[in-house]
Amino acid sequence: MEILALLIPVSLILGATGLVAFMWSLKSRQYDDPKGDAERILSDEWDDHPRPSPDQNKDP
Amino acid sequence: MADLSADRTYSSRLSACPACDAAPLAMRVADASMKGGDIVLSLPTAHCAACITDVERALNGQPGVRSARVNLSLRRVMIDAPGHEAAEFIPVLEQIGYEAHELDPAALSSTAADRQGRDILMRIGVAGFAMMNIMILSIAVWAGAEGATRDMFHWISAVIALPTVIFAGQPFFASAWRSLKSGRLGMDVPISLALILATAISLFETSQSGKHAYFDAAVMLCFFLLVGRYLDYRTRAVARSAAEELTALEVPRATRLVDGIEEQVNVADLTPGDVIRVRPGARLPADGTVIAGMSEIDRSLLTGESLPVRAGPGAELSAGEVNLTGRLDLRVTAAGRDSSLSRLADLVAMAEATRGHYASLAERASRAYAPVVHLLALLSFAAWMYLSGDWRISLNVAAAVLIITCPCALGLAVPAVVTSASGRLFRKGLLIKDGTALERLAEVDTVVFDKTGTLTLGKPELTNLTDLPEDLRPVAAAIAAGSNHPLSQALSAALRAAGVSEGEIDRTTEIPGYGVEAEWQGRRVRLGRADWVGADAPDADGPVSVLAVEGWSPVVLRFADALRPGATYCIAALTARGTRVIMLSGDTEAAVARAAAELGITDYRAGVTPAEKEAEVASLAQSGAKVLMVGDGLNDTAALARAHVSISPATGLDAARVASDIVLTGQELSPVADALDMAMKARTRIKQNFAISILYNIVAVPFAMVGLATPLLAALAMSASSISVTLNALRLR
Repeated sequence: MEILALLIPVSLILGATGLVAFMWSLKSRQYDDPKGDAERILSDEWDDHPRPSPDQNKDP
Repeated sequence: MADLSADRTYSSRLSACPACDAAPLAMRVADASMKGGDIVLSLPTAHCAACITDVERALNGQPGVRSARVNLSLRRVMIDAPGHEAAEFIPVLEQIGYEAHELDPAALSSTAADRQGRDILMRIGVAGFAMMNIMILSIAVWAGAEGATRDMFHWISAVIALPTVIFAGQPFFASAWRSLKSGRLGMDVPISLALILATAISLFETSQSGKHAYFDAAVMLCFFLLVGRYLDYRTRAVARSAAEELTALEVPRATRLVDGIEEQVNVADLTPGDVIRVRPGARLPADGTVIAGMSEIDRSLLTGESLPVRAGPGAELSAGEVNLTGRLDLRVTAAGRDSSLSRLADLVAMAEATRGHYASLAERASRAYAPVVHLLALLSFAAWMYLSGDWRISLNVAAAVLIITCPCALGLAVPAVVTSASGRLFRKGLLIKDGTALERLAEVDTVVFDKTGTLTLGKPELTNLTDLPEDLRPVAAAIAAGSNHPLSQALSAALRAAGVSEGEIDRTTEIPGYGVEAEWQGRRVRLGRADWVGADAPDADGPVSVLAVEGWSPVVLRFADALRPGATYCIAALTARGTRVIMLSGDTEAAVARAAAELGITDYRAGVTPAEKEAEVASLAQSGAKVLMVGDGLNDTAALARAHVSISPATGLDAARVASDIVLTGQELSPVADALDMAMKARTRIKQNFAISILYNIVAVPFAMVGLATPLLAALAMSASSISVTLNALRLR
């Protein structure tokens, strides 16, 4: 039964990690355009290198 | 230099995990494009990955654009370009083959609405997490954990459940408190009571090392009900955002003349006495008197007349009318809230107030449900007190009754069906704006149609092409192509369809209010009003235009309003179901009779004023008919608001769309008949779902009342009923 002392916290931590991940994805507005995000993965743009941030790409 | 240092800081952060490096960057990019959106364009034709890339690449290549991001779910692109106008970007998109329309960002409140959706989702996530964890612990208890182990599991459950119920149950508590304060017993009162009672008793039992704790039931209740609430919210949000988009399409701007110089102003800033300029094709932003210019005015949306009316200096015009052929300068007599448009809107408000509040099926069910449940719980408590005298057992039984009767199924039944049905109707081209519209639609037995713009497209079509001699057709095509008048455009379209190519003409001039004049092989050609071209006025029952070529006898061209696609099918389908079909129109007797004959409508009235339309709908309602009103114009708005349920096409006036419950997004009228069938099916499903949950209560409540409802039984019964109603709702096709 001592194993419970380990298993219960582990299961709670794993669950909480999932919950935090869900909250983060929600906060960072990842559910705003599900259809667009599904299509964007098919685009070739920024495949080879990450997209520059907007203030970088306008500078000369 | 800045570039280099940026590169260095960037590369120094490179790690083994590329996504970790990209994530903060991606967030910054996403942030930037979210803050933008100074300009919002609607992209109705965008549908794939290539569309996103094309549009974003084209817009990002424009000078002054800081960022552009397409939202494919909403079919919109947000452009962050300070100091630039939307009009600069529309041609850019048109060049690469995308239709774009400017949206008024002020009319789009999607961000506020989104926050509410995210809020519910967050609570669903928390409730789901808690539910799964407590369930794992509960299984151990159900499997037979005893003594200290059981107590420990209960305590851990309590630690998870307590904050969850407090956080996730907030929407229910808030709404229950509101309804209690206003002295009503809504559905949320028994829900909140069950949540609080179940949690409190479980806590107490746990502290007393009791056998049963209902933490899992309380959290599961939260979860299922939140799902129902979210479905409900989604349906409304989709409808609202689409309706907002329709409104936002009309950017309210006017051209004001100050000392002869044009300036663009918001319609809201116009005041009486201002001089405004209205170009051909534009809608009048305010009431006014013409001071210069000559044109023809389309007032079909206001009065239902399909023939354009001539307007010259001194003519009084109303907001909402469309200027057709010539430029007009007007002195504003009434703007904003005082304009005739707004005065008619007040009529709508009055009609809406008299329509009365419709209680939805769910409301009626919950009104009966709440007292019954509370009475049952109280009864069980009293009976157990009397029999055993132990208040702890009695309270436990009463809580079990509350939990087991709790309306998981009832709370899910209606939203699940409405979401499913309105999603299907949306794909067919119907947008349900009001949650109860579907239920009201199912009761309809009489349909009242407006003619111009609803059953017909409000666009004329040439009816006597054969009267036009072969030799004159190329001239007619050429001269008609040079004018924006609806009759000229109809003639042009008919000749194009007949394969006629344009002849060569010179010196085309349009005389607003009269017609077009040109020269062909040295002869004068005129297309327009009979008295102007020098012909006898023909006795016409519809719009006519006369083509006069020197040396030929004048040709009278007759036009008729084209029927909306699907109108014939729609009327036939409605008649076949046994629905009474009535047509009320503000147009002339002859035009209405012809359209009625074509569509097979026997019940019609012509020359009806807006007030008469409303009175007619009201008298039909008084005689017990459930009226569906379909109309597009300002002359229909009062009747739309008065009817049991109303539909207006997206091409209609803003006021009409606001007054109606359902908007027809496409050109086709046929979805109207289908919607009635879909509504009937949806109502059947809702009733079936009610039957399922009542049946389940009849089985489960006696168990709870005699004290046999263990937490395991409650959990099983609750999830079984919730899942069965959801599956039943998905069966809807």
